[in-house]
Order: sequence, then C-alpha cells, then structure tokens
Amino acid sequence: MEFFLEVLIGGLLAGLMYSLVAIGFVLIYKASGVFNFAQGAMVLFAALTFVSLLERGVPFWGAFAVTLLSMLMLAWAIERMVLRPLVNRPPITLFMATLGLSYIIEGLAQTLWGAQVHGLDLGISDEPFEVAGLLLSQFDLFAAGTAGLLVLALSLLFNKTRVGISLRAVADDQLAALSIGIKLQKVWMIVWAVAGFVGLVAGLLWGARLGVQFSLSLIVLKALPVLIIGGFTSIGGAIVGGLIIGASEKLAEVYLGPVIGGGIENWFPYVLALLFLLVRPAGIFGERAIERV
Amino acid sequence: MAGSRSIVEALLRVDDIEVVYDGAILAVSGVSLAVPQGGIIALLGANGAGKSTTLKAISGLVRASRAEISRGSIHFKGLASTQTQPSLLVQQGIVHVLEGRHVFPHLTVEENLQSGGFVRRPGRQSLQAGLERIYAWFPRLKEKRKVQAGYTSGGEQQMVAIGRALMTRPSLVLLDEPSMGLAPLIVEEIFEIVSQLNAKEGVSFLVAEQNIPVALKHAHYGYVLETGRVVLSGTAHELLQNNALQDAYLGKTQ
Repeated sequence: MEFFLEVLIGGLLAGLMYSLVAIGFVLIYKASGVFNFAQGAMVLFAALTFVSLLERGVPFWGAFAVTLLSMLMLAWAIERMVLRPLVNRPPITLFMATLGLSYIIEGLAQTLWGAQVHGLDLGISDEPFEVAGLLLSQFDLFAAGTAGLLVLALSLLFNKTRVGISLRAVADDQLAALSIGIKLQKVWMIVWAVAGFVGLVAGLLWGARLGVQFSLSLIVLKALPVLIIGGFTSIGGAIVGGLIIGASEKLAEVYLGPVIGGGIENWFPYVLALLFLLVRPAGIFGERAIERV
Repeated sequence: MAGSRSIVEALLRVDDIEVVYDGAILAVSGVSLAVPQGGIIALLGANGAGKSTTLKAISGLVRASRAEISRGSIHFKGLASTQTQPSLLVQQGIVHVLEGRHVFPHLTVEENLQSGGFVRRPGRQSLQAGLERIYAWFPRLKEKRKVQAGYTSGGEQQMVAIGRALMTRPSLVLLDEPSMGLAPLIVEEIFEIVSQLNAKEGVSFLVAEQNIPVALKHAHYGYVLETGRVVLSGTAHELLQNNALQDAYLGKTQ
C-alpha cells in the first residue's frame, strides 16, 4: 500500500511538470485559436538562454530577468512577423507556421548558445524526502508548488484584471472584441508573452530535471495527451490532464510493465489519449459552445 | 431636426462608397448618407442589400471581414476615417453593435459590460459608475449580472450588446438588426430605450433594420438600400407614405 501511494504521488507530481508545458499551449490556443507547436521550442530557448547566462557568471535573478526579457522580445517578434500577416488564415496555415517557427527558434537557440548538453542546478536537491512515512522527491514537490503558484497567478490574471477580461473576450469573439475597441494585436502579444513566461518556468524545471539539451523541445509531444484529456481551452484541464497522465503512466509502468514489458510509460499516455478522443473529444474541461435553444 | 442641419455639420458623412469582398465581390456600390448630431437614422432594406457592409465600412470592421473600401470617403466628426483602426474609431466615438448581438458567451453579463469600458481607460470608480448607468437603462441586466451571457435570453443579449457598446461612451452607435429573432414586445422595448438614449443623452444612432414599421416609428430619417445602393431616402414620414418602399422591403431587384 505504501509503495502504491509512493508511485501514485510521485506520478501525480511528475504529471504537474507536463501540465506546465500544456498550460503554455492552452493560453495561446484559447486567445487566438492557434495550436502553437513552437511551445516546446520556446521552453528549450528559455532554458538554454538561462543556463548559458548562468555559465557566463550572470547571477540567478539577473539571468532570469534577461531570459524573461528575451522571451518577451520573441513574443513581440512572432506577433509582428508571423501572426499579424497571417491573420484570418485557416488554422492549418497557422499551425504550419508555428511548426516552422519551432525549428527556427531551436536553430536560433543553438546558433546562439551551442548544441552541447548543459546541466542546470536550481539548488533544489532531488533527494527523497519523507512525508507521513512516504518517500517523495523534494524536487517534484518544489515543481508542484511552482505549478500551483503559476495557476493561481494566471487565474487571478484572467478573472480579476482588465487584461484578463479582454483576453477572454478575444477568445470568445474576435469581431465583437474589435467592435468595442479591444486591440487584438496587443492582446495576442500579451498572450504570447505570458506563454513565454510559462515556457521559461517549465524550461527551468525540465532543464534541471533532464539537463538542458535539444531533446527538451520534444516535451511538446508529452503535452499532447495532457491537452487531449484536459481539453485545449482550460488551464484547470491542463492541470487535471497532467495529473491523470503522470499518475497513470507511472502506475502502468510499475504494475503493467512486468506483464507487458518495460518502457510502457513512454507510450501509455497516448493510449489513454486515444481512448479519450473516442469517448470525449473535447476533453474533460474542454469548452463546449454555449447553445441556447 | 435631421433636415434642419446642413450636410457639412453632419456627425457622420458617407460619400459614394464602394466595398469589395475578397477583391472581387461587390457588396456596396455607391452608398452616400449622413447622420446629423443627435439623429436617429434608419438604414432599411432586405437581406443582402448591403446594410451590414455599410455599417462595417463605417466602423472599420470591413477589413476584419476580408473586405475593403475601394472607392469613396467616410468622414466622422470631420475627419476622414476609411483608413483608421477600429480601436481608434471607438475612441473617437463610433461603436458598432453587430448583427446577431455577438455577446461574449463565456463572460458574465457584468464582464461583458466592463469590457466595453476598457477602451477609455477609466479608473475603478468611473468604470463602476459606467456600469450603474447601464443598469439604470437596463435594470434587467443588473439581476443577471453574474450569469454567463451565453445563458441569457435573446432580448437580454441584445441589451448586453447595446449596454456594452454604450460603455465605450459613444457619440454614434451603429446598430445592426436589433430586432433580429426577438419577440415584438422586446423589439418595442429596445427601440424605446434607443429613443430615450437619443432624447436624454444625445447619442446618435444609425440603425440597420428589415423591420421597417418599427424602425420608422423611432427614426427621424431613413435610407433605403437595394443591391448595394441607396434607392430612396427621406424623412420617416415621407418614407411611410411611399409605395416603392414596399418593393424594397420585399427585396424586389431591379
């Protein structure tokens, strides 16, 4: 029983790491209907910039500030050079654009900082840590706490501020938002900037866990099942989806692995996602259109 | 009132505009009209006559609908406005209430109204005062203020859409088909509020309508559109006497 709980809680905590990446997608998808494949590349770009600055002797918060600034500039450039000229185009065009964008950002990051693997130490040990008789990873707890704080901050932003209400207005109806003087471009830029910030946080945590390297951008693929289960338009959904994926892949690995064969945790989430697609295509928290009869 | 002012002083003047969709489809060809300060002007005609396109040309929303003004000019408060961004036009005092209401369905009624206020960057108290003003005009919205707008009735959504537009503190409201899909009693209630807003606060209205009797009951002056041009105009009284109006109403072409 204790072992089961350890696996379960470990899985749930690890799942929140997926949620962090998924939230970046949700933000942009909600506000502009764009499935931003480049979110993974943004995570890599942020982590690589941060770690390279650290290695050059820049102190932690200085590096954080500079990286954040570069993410904001990236958001600005993407809005100006990619989204604005492509406005009103079909979603598949925008998706292809972000696909291209993801390779450009990855290439740019590696041209700037090189392609070698960097270790990133945030100063949080990955030592197991005992809570109520269960051994938990200190790093996972820290990551979960960070994710919780981030979600709290985002929900305050969305529900309590003018920017947040404008963001949700644009997500609901762009033409109506235009008609009352909301500037779409400004809203999109803010969304990409916030997604860049979320990417930075995800990049630091994932970078510390896996090392900062090219494959970091592949965590987009891990975020996909989370989005399918949680829904593309709900931050709460991204959290719940992450928890479900994290817990189920670890449990599957531990309990089904010996029967079916190891490595099941790499593909089990996709099985789960496919099942969800068949049963509930909008995801658990996916926004359905409100229809009155 | 509409007739007594010269065209030069008009709040809004549209001169011979032509609007083309996707570079090929002509939606409006040669519409001219004027809205005097403090007027309620009706834009009448059947489906597809070009009423909505004309309003979108004025509010600058044509460009968001893949269309452009290919000829003619529009002046608002004396300034040429065909190249002006929609958000700037709202700041200058034009607001467009879209056909089909277009409330933000997942936002509450109150958030919908608030969103209209942001363009003027009011302080917290001034935004609250703006809300209270709207609730005074539409008491029903106050009861529903915590409800998601998508779950309110059609009439309430029309009130939300008008209230949200009024939050921008406009001098001219472009109102597209306010009667669409609503029960006659509700339509009458909404037009009554429009008349009151006009009389008490001096807000000018350009109202596109298919429901000619209701529109002309409240408007001072009207233009009749047919296949993208103005075929008839006159005071509400003159138009009501005109037999040709029946043809336009039924959408007879040529």
